[in-house]
Amino acid sequence: MTFQVNPLRKYVREDRMPHFFCPGCGCGQVLTSFLRGVDALSLDINKMTTVAGVGCTARIPVYMKTDTLHGVHGRTLPWATGIKLHSPETKVVVFAGDGDAVSIGGNHFIHAARRNLDVLMIVVNNFNFAMTGGQVAPMTPAGSVTMTTPYGSGEPPFDLCALAVAAGATYVARAATPYIPQMDNAIQKGLEHEGFGVVEVLSQCPTHFGRYALGSGSPAKTLDWIRGVCVSKAKADTLSPEELRGKLVTGEFVSVSRPVFKGSTFLKDENGGRNP
Amino acid sequence: MEKGQREKGQREKGQREKGQREKGQREKENRVLSGVHFMQGNYAAVEGALAAGCDFFAGYPITPANEVSERMSQRLPAVGGVFLQGEDELCSINAVAGASLAGAKAMTATASAGYDYLQEGLEYGVAVEAPMVVVDVQRCRGENFATQADIMQVHWGPAGDHEMIVLAPSSVQELFDFTVRAFNLAEEYRTPVIVLSETTIALMRERLVIPEADKIPVVNRKWTTKTPEEYLPFKADSEWGVPEFSGLGRGYHTIYSINPHDEKGSIEWDPDAFERLYTRIPAKVARNRKKISTVQRYGLDDAKVALVAYGSEVRPCIDAMDVLREGGKKVGVMKLDAPWPFPEEAIEELSKNMDLVATVEMNVGKYAGEIERACRGRCRTARVTKNRGLIHSPEEILESLSGFEEVR
Repeated sequence: MTFQVNPLRKYVREDRMPHFFCPGCGCGQVLTSFLRGVDALSLDINKMTTVAGVGCTARIPVYMKTDTLHGVHGRTLPWATGIKLHSPETKVVVFAGDGDAVSIGGNHFIHAARRNLDVLMIVVNNFNFAMTGGQVAPMTPAGSVTMTTPYGSGEPPFDLCALAVAAGATYVARAATPYIPQMDNAIQKGLEHEGFGVVEVLSQCPTHFGRYALGSGSPAKTLDWIRGVCVSKAKADTLSPEELRGKLVTGEFVSVSRPVFKGSTFLKDENGGRNP
Repeated sequence: MEKGQREKGQREKGQREKGQREKGQREKENRVLSGVHFMQGNYAAVEGALAAGCDFFAGYPITPANEVSERMSQRLPAVGGVFLQGEDELCSINAVAGASLAGAKAMTATASAGYDYLQEGLEYGVAVEAPMVVVDVQRCRGENFATQADIMQVHWGPAGDHEMIVLAPSSVQELFDFTVRAFNLAEEYRTPVIVLSETTIALMRERLVIPEADKIPVVNRKWTTKTPEEYLPFKADSEWGVPEFSGLGRGYHTIYSINPHDEKGSIEWDPDAFERLYTRIPAKVARNRKKISTVQRYGLDDAKVALVAYGSEVRPCIDAMDVLREGGKKVGVMKLDAPWPFPEEAIEELSKNMDLVATVEMNVGKYAGEIERACRGRCRTARVTKNRGLIHSPEEILESLSGFEEVR
């Protein structure tokens, strides 16, 4: 019998294993997809800084051999702003859940997009506040039962990608854990992009969203539900607004180039006479 | 092209080339504006920060701290630093934390209502031991009244165990001096430091002397020389020590988590790790409080009555003391340069030598409780408080004291 060590293991803090994600959680898939991107692009993970706030997604970076900031809810982008402005050469990737990114961190999200801060933000959207026990979140589908919407959610959800595009993000894509090659592609393109990149990954939370909103704690059933709401961008272009109601479009929404953020004001001669 | 324009173009081109050549030199010269100035307090804090090596500033507009941001926005980029106007104070303080971990000497400035938001980032700064400097210009709720109402909040505001360093300048000169010191203390102890300014001195203009650059002591955090393999990011040389710093992006792959962490930086649920961390973090400041919380003594050698004050309230105290001493009363003043960490030993010693210790404060009487606790009944204590948005006049202090037999 021969053993083959996963080549991505070299990027992982093995002393922190086993990880703390629930069985069937999508965070591990996002972690692996990210590491595949790092490996494919031959990025030096040792010199990379990953930034995470609070939540299940925020635990993804603590298993990787990067410098990591962790533990304040919703402030990932301010941290990243400080790091990038002081040392622009540092590669910074933000991992945030839906709550961290656009509930408590929503203001920072739109301003980082407006400024075109040179970081990639991977938003793992599991449709609820999972670490705290399954409460309603900004991307919870309307009508869903959660721990704080026992009669169904009366809150309409955000379209995170549309928000990012409107606010000025220069790379925006939506992927989903059931479609791994597309997720790998979106994250890898995000890693290559210069400027504010947002990759929203629709991900399964069987423990909370599955049990409360979908009536089943089965990871497979939660993944099936995600497959059911996903429509590829190519297909979506052929559908009417009525047919797209309740669907989430996957694919790339924007990929453009714009000067990256260097500070609120700076001497022009240090920037080739350019102001963004 | 008009002749004038051409000349202007050539002149600018020449200046650009010269600028590049002399950039390093120019940055050094511009950083420290040595000389005698007539300067506003908020500006003096900026000059102090630059003299101490500040290279990152983030701030959100708020009166009466706006002049700090405004001057920083002009001065900092010109000396090679970065200026950020955050979308809110939460952005500012957390950007300061991020920049600091990346190696910057970073600062923000706000006023009381903005400080509420800073507490979150300060809590993080305490936990991951990030040097950070905050200038807080105290104001009353919603209006720019003079006050010292935040004296407790600046220490105890952030959640979790910590010992905050808070410096309280009394003048424009001290806004410069104490801001330099704030950076030095932040670097030495790897912790947030607050410069507790007030509307009174922040918006006042008075004489400021900025020394030559080489006469200004500048402290830098201790960067590790260990290899990533042997480096432990939160290991200190004693139970109250300060760990060596590695910074981001240099191959040390460190986790800077607010969660209880062990010496490796790993998030840790072990109560022993929790206790070790949150014993060391307050202790590294508290153990050095005699060095940090310096006091200035005025007329205390033969005094039986001491006025204790911090910040701008020291000024009317000294005027009141002068009047009383002219009348033969043995009154002195103890000025607390740093209200936090609490100068326990200085107050204990004072209480042993005085008949009466009176705390003079511009609030309902907050810090006075700490002074009374430290006096432990060894002498009488009194509170001279004023809470109507105005600094005490010397006459008001005299009037308050006239009821005490020790002063009559």
